[in-house]
Amino acid sequence: MDAILENLPLYWEGLLRTLFLSTVSGVIALVLGTLLAAARVSPVAALRGFSMTYVEVLRNTPLTIAFFFAAIVLPRLGVTFDQFEVAAIIALSAYTAAFIAEAVRSGVNSVPVGQAEAARSIGMKFSQVLSLIILPQALRTVIPPLINILIALVKNSSVAGAFFVLELFGYGRQLANAYGDQVLAVLLGVAFFYLLLTVPLGILASTVERKVAISR
Amino acid sequence: MKAFMTRRKSFFVAATAALALSLSACGGTTPGTTGDPTVAETPTFAAGTTMEKLASAGTIKIGTKYDQPLFGQVGLDGKPVGFDVEIGKLIAAELGIPADKIEWSETVSANREPFIEQGRVDLVIATYTINDRRKEVVSFAGPYYEAGQALMVNKDNDSIKTPEDVRGKKVCSVTGSTPAATIVDKYGAELVPAATYSACLEPLRNKQVEAITTDNVILAGFVDKEPDAFKLASDETFTKEPYGIGLKKDDTEFRNWINDQLEKFEENGSYQKAWEATAGTVIKTVPELPELDRY
Amino acid sequence: MSSVLYDVPGPKARRVSLIGSVVGSLLILGLLAWIIMTLAQQGIFEGRRWAIFTRADVWSLLGNGIGATLSAAALAAVIAFPLGLMLCLLRISDLAVIRIPIRVVLEFLRGMPVVLMMFFVLLVFGTNAFIAVVAGLVLYNAAVFSEIIRAGIQSLPKGQREAGLTVGLTSFQSRMIIELPQAVRRMMPSLVAQLVVLLKDTSLGYIVAYGELLRAVQVMADFLGPAFLFPIFFVAAAIYIAINICVSRIAVWIERRGTKKAAGGVAKAEPEPIEAAVP
Repeated sequence: MDAILENLPLYWEGLLRTLFLSTVSGVIALVLGTLLAAARVSPVAALRGFSMTYVEVLRNTPLTIAFFFAAIVLPRLGVTFDQFEVAAIIALSAYTAAFIAEAVRSGVNSVPVGQAEAARSIGMKFSQVLSLIILPQALRTVIPPLINILIALVKNSSVAGAFFVLELFGYGRQLANAYGDQVLAVLLGVAFFYLLLTVPLGILASTVERKVAISR
Repeated sequence: MKAFMTRRKSFFVAATAALALSLSACGGTTPGTTGDPTVAETPTFAAGTTMEKLASAGTIKIGTKYDQPLFGQVGLDGKPVGFDVEIGKLIAAELGIPADKIEWSETVSANREPFIEQGRVDLVIATYTINDRRKEVVSFAGPYYEAGQALMVNKDNDSIKTPEDVRGKKVCSVTGSTPAATIVDKYGAELVPAATYSACLEPLRNKQVEAITTDNVILAGFVDKEPDAFKLASDETFTKEPYGIGLKKDDTEFRNWINDQLEKFEENGSYQKAWEATAGTVIKTVPELPELDRY
Repeated sequence: MSSVLYDVPGPKARRVSLIGSVVGSLLILGLLAWIIMTLAQQGIFEGRRWAIFTRADVWSLLGNGIGATLSAAALAAVIAFPLGLMLCLLRISDLAVIRIPIRVVLEFLRGMPVVLMMFFVLLVFGTNAFIAVVAGLVLYNAAVFSEIIRAGIQSLPKGQREAGLTVGLTSFQSRMIIELPQAVRRMMPSLVAQLVVLLKDTSLGYIVAYGELLRAVQVMADFLGPAFLFPIFFVAAAIYIAINICVSRIAVWIERRGTKKAAGGVAKAEPEPIEAAVP
């Protein structure tokens, strides 16, 4: 127990870093994922193909390998960053975007057909149908699964600890090594701080879900 | 207690065998292993001791690192090689257990103590620094080697000589390792953690970090492979990491026995030979066995 | 469905989209070519670096890694799926005394990093690495499976359950005989996607020193030296993608066979349920 109390500042620092990584990557992934979903349902075959390939490849790659490409291969291409967080954010958001794209796409498919037909019948173009009619509805219904993906993102950010960014899990491993006599306590501390981030998100997801369910 | 242990004739057997082996070794054993040490024939131990149990079982479970170059690293055949592994084989041989009857398992920083406490391994020989916190839950034989932390920099970097020079600078090391903690806590560097040491090389090459820090032997291994790219900041080391052999807490008989064996290995030259075959391929000076911590 | 979103493109729109497609594809191909050229200049595609893949021991090590990954994933999936079904039934139970504690448990399981769960199992129950990995995966994925199936059940038309209850089935019978089979079939894509996530998550076994594929790859890269880092990781990425695509395809194939047998099971006019796999 003292291992946790003595090192609260470290845990706190780790928590903030994890929160930072997840928030920034989460926002980028949401935007990118939505764009990918839009491309997936667009009339242009190449866009559909690109979106499909992207999603297929990224979803089937372990996050660690995505990190390897962002943190080790990119610098070899001359893309270097002063802050390693950038590489971590690239990997996390590129990876998460694939999952978000799939969720948003299923949301788009869940919007009743009549909505799009009505929009088209009053003369809207594809971009208008999508951005004004379909996506606002799709995103709303898709919020609970999106939050679930964000929960996973928070936890996934721990992979950054192996790729040059010290975050909550990295600090946990550091402490586990320093406190060989209290490994379990140290890691319970880590678990507690993760739950501090993920459980409220989970509760938010189910609250939203109930609200959405009523309005449907 | 020591009176119960039978001093065997195998001392001479081992010594002559070692000589014979060292001669044949010139003929070409693969680097990283000495060939298997001569196994003590039917050693006898007092009933009830761990030695007796292991000897009669004819097998021993040893935990080691699988990713620590020169000490414990798994080869392409899936078997670990390195100095730690050789020490493990030597100890097993004294128990009458041949090398192929050793059950190796990978221990990582986070599971060393639990593995010993739960009896999943009989020994942990895994670049395992002896310290007081760990002594609360496990016992240590040895130290069998004293490593020291050092810094590795790019060949053209002359601004870093001592650990004081890295204050506030980015230094790469392995997540959750002791050197990583030291460079931050003592010298105020900014830690850039990586999964493995070889992953650290990339950001150093790209000048995204100023240095890599860990035990000098491992760094020497990287310099040895790429002398045109990297160098050690200095030949001096700035910490002392006494590597011990972890075993169940308060198994004093076993601990003392291992300590005796370590002394014997140094006397009969098998310690030196183990070094030369592994870490010695990079650091030519054969270390002396550090003063044993018989507590 | 997507065709509902836009009018059938006319000749002009088709031409514009074709030109756009060609230009876009060329851009992407150009980028890829540039990446490959740049990496080639650094000698990453030199034959000697790739020659390691002609060695039998390299492949046997990779093979062991693949075996370890697949066996842990298969066992975990086989346990997690029924467990997820059970948790789902409890989660939507009519009795609050069952529903609420199960919700708390599910929330906890979903919020815990898998890597830590593996580790706790190892520490607390003193298991070996394989069991710890499987247990960690089961705990997390059962929770996710449960949520996916629940979303499927909730997306069913109310009439299904009502009809079931009307013909005299008990609540439990209606769930088992009427709702679950439909829900599972509807959620198949998400379930399969989650299966892939489960498979990839075996790579978290490094924490308990489980020798799965990614661990084998990292250890091998360390052993062989930095020159081989890139080839080994490229091959590892290819292996993972190949395995995962195969898993998805097999699952889709099984699903197709299933739907043929159960023709007309689900009313197609219903909107698709939403629940995505969680990475």
